[in-house]
Amino acid sequence: MEYLPNILFAVLLIAGIGYFTRNVKKLRRNIMLGRDIDLSDNKPQRWKNMMRIALGQSKMVVRPIAGLMHIIVYLGFIIINIEVLEIIIDGLLGTHRVFAFMGGFYDFLIASFEILALLVIVAVVVFWLRRNALKLARFVKPEMKGWPKNDANWILYIELILMALFLTMNASDLQLQRMEVAHYTEAGSFPVSQWITPLFEGMSASTVVLIERSAWWLHIAGILFFLNYLYYSKHLHILLAFPNTYFGNLKPKGQFSNNDAVTKEVRLMMDPNADPFAAPAEDATPPDKFGASDVKDLKWVQLLSAYTCTECGRCTSECPANQTGKKLSPRKIMMDTRDRLEEVGRNMDKNKGTFVDDGKQLLDDYITREELWACTSCNACVEACPVSIDPLSIIMDMRQYLVMEQSAAPAELNAMMGNIENNGAPWPFNQMDRLNWASETA
Amino acid sequence: MNVPTMASLFAEGKEPEVLFWVGCAGSFDDRAKKITKAFVKLLEKAGVSFAVLGTEESCSGDPAKRAGNEFLFQMQAVTNIEVMNGYGIKKVVTACPHCFNTLKNEYPGLGGNYEVMHHTQFLKQLLEEGRLTLQGGTFRGKRITFHDPCYLGRANNVYEAPRELIRKLDAELVEMKNCKQRGLCCGAGGAQMFKEAEKGDKEVNIERTEQALETQPEIIAAACPFCNTMMTDGVKNKEKEGAIAVMDIAELMSKAEDL
Ligand code: SF4
Ligand code: SF4
Repeated sequence: MEYLPNILFAVLLIAGIGYFTRNVKKLRRNIMLGRDIDLSDNKPQRWKNMMRIALGQSKMVVRPIAGLMHIIVYLGFIIINIEVLEIIIDGLLGTHRVFAFMGGFYDFLIASFEILALLVIVAVVVFWLRRNALKLARFVKPEMKGWPKNDANWILYIELILMALFLTMNASDLQLQRMEVAHYTEAGSFPVSQWITPLFEGMSASTVVLIERSAWWLHIAGILFFLNYLYYSKHLHILLAFPNTYFGNLKPKGQFSNNDAVTKEVRLMMDPNADPFAAPAEDATPPDKFGASDVKDLKWVQLLSAYTCTECGRCTSECPANQTGKKLSPRKIMMDTRDRLEEVGRNMDKNKGTFVDDGKQLLDDYITREELWACTSCNACVEACPVSIDPLSIIMDMRQYLVMEQSAAPAELNAMMGNIENNGAPWPFNQMDRLNWASETA
Repeated sequence: MNVPTMASLFAEGKEPEVLFWVGCAGSFDDRAKKITKAFVKLLEKAGVSFAVLGTEESCSGDPAKRAGNEFLFQMQAVTNIEVMNGYGIKKVVTACPHCFNTLKNEYPGLGGNYEVMHHTQFLKQLLEEGRLTLQGGTFRGKRITFHDPCYLGRANNVYEAPRELIRKLDAELVEMKNCKQRGLCCGAGGAQMFKEAEKGDKEVNIERTEQALETQPEIIAAACPFCNTMMTDGVKNKEKEGAIAVMDIAELMSKAEDL
């Protein structure tokens, strides 16, 4: 019986991490459904971007208030997790505050965790108010109704609860240390929780132990729950921001990739010596589908981005189309992509790993044509994204599908393209008149 | 106006310093043609040897690509590259940020490798090299706000060259609340120029014009023929065309020089 807590703890830990691993595998499989793209170039620059944008949060401070508070929560989250290491060791070995031998440094660590925990609580409350009381425009757009809104609040509640449990655990521990209860050796310094300790004065040692143990167990259970909550939440960004910024675009934002499959066809058409009846060359795979109508037509990095999206809406609030009341919202483009990808993933789970056609696709069932055609390709969304997501690339791939596979451009654009094809200009002017301006007076 | 073409120079065995890529707007749009001429006057004043492709130039393909027609874009690109490579072109300057972006970024992958400059970058260089000088007089103390073209700014990180030129005019440069990296689009990019906007509660160019008007400018400076159209329409919509002029940076400079 003596080892029961240790065994219980081990079971909890294995279950928590096991389920998380299962979800990570699923995540990887789903992302790999995307088309291939080689991003193994330029490693030093990629590392630098990851350090600067994900670790250094360089894009967050464009909006100073939200940025500063986000850094507090983020630092708090990372640093307080050092404490989790101790908790895991204690839980497995049945020790108590196993790092206490570090003496003064341990006191310093615990004290900093406590101050951070307090700051996190303050930030979380402010974040909650911004979303629910101030109702900042970017948090109340149509795509945020339902789960996305609840998800955002749930994260705040969980963080609040975790911090409260952490402080309660420390406060009761301090009381037990003062009462010199066996096992609770004097360790740590508690600048914040010492203000909670008076609540426990006058209680019996066994009651305080019960409180301390409950807080301890709930805290670690809460952390394991949170770990597994990530996969279903926009909070996945705390992990995926790193690969996503690493694989982020390094080229000028105005450079849209040239479609190689098209290049092959164009070369063939332009080359007067090409023999149309020649045997197909070795790499003559049947022509790809041009552009994207479903998630599998997108590149894997675009799918990674969909899972990375924090739903912060910085993109949407900078979007000229959205600002002027059009349906387009670059955040929704990313959320739709993730939702559809999840749907495809669940379909595969149900059908032993193969996708069975469900008569749905990303285009029309999730993203409408009206949204796609409202984009001005201005790159404001790309510039604004704090985790290097490029919603514009998805919009462009889907337009490519609409035009090249379905000839479904708006009529005015068809007229424009007809003009380019016939006269080399988007307007109906003759190419032979191209230099007339030079001889016109006025 | 005597504008040499590549074909005529080639026949004489001459090679210009730079190809001036005029673009469709610069060739055909009445408003944009004025920008083209202003820029040519500046080139002449600085004694730059340049030429245009004239009737051998064709649409860069930008609107086709942004509309989703990759095939048409690449056909245009490959045709243009063939012409330019035939003349051994090394350096290109253009007053259109869309042509600038496409030639600079998207042509290399299709065999067209040139040094491509936007006209504001080129003009700034001419000033720095002392080939062109500016008297500040005409615009001294005038309030000028600059609208960043998306395809010059965010797309290619060129923010300073146009601003530098405005400052050189001794004008007072006033920034809009959204400028540089956070500049708001005029509404024309991504082939929107050629179609009606989707349903909404406002036109993008009106929103941007309002931002410009907040700075109480005497002049709204543009550096793109499409932005120019959009902002001009916006100013007209606000019935301010009597008080506020929308001008390209090249026009400002050629006016300052009385060209
Ligand atoms: S690129 Fe398109 S989606 Fe992105 S901000 Fe501009 S208009 Fe909106
Ligand atoms: S795409 Fe980027 S900016 Fe837009 S909501 Fe997602 S994380 Fe935020």
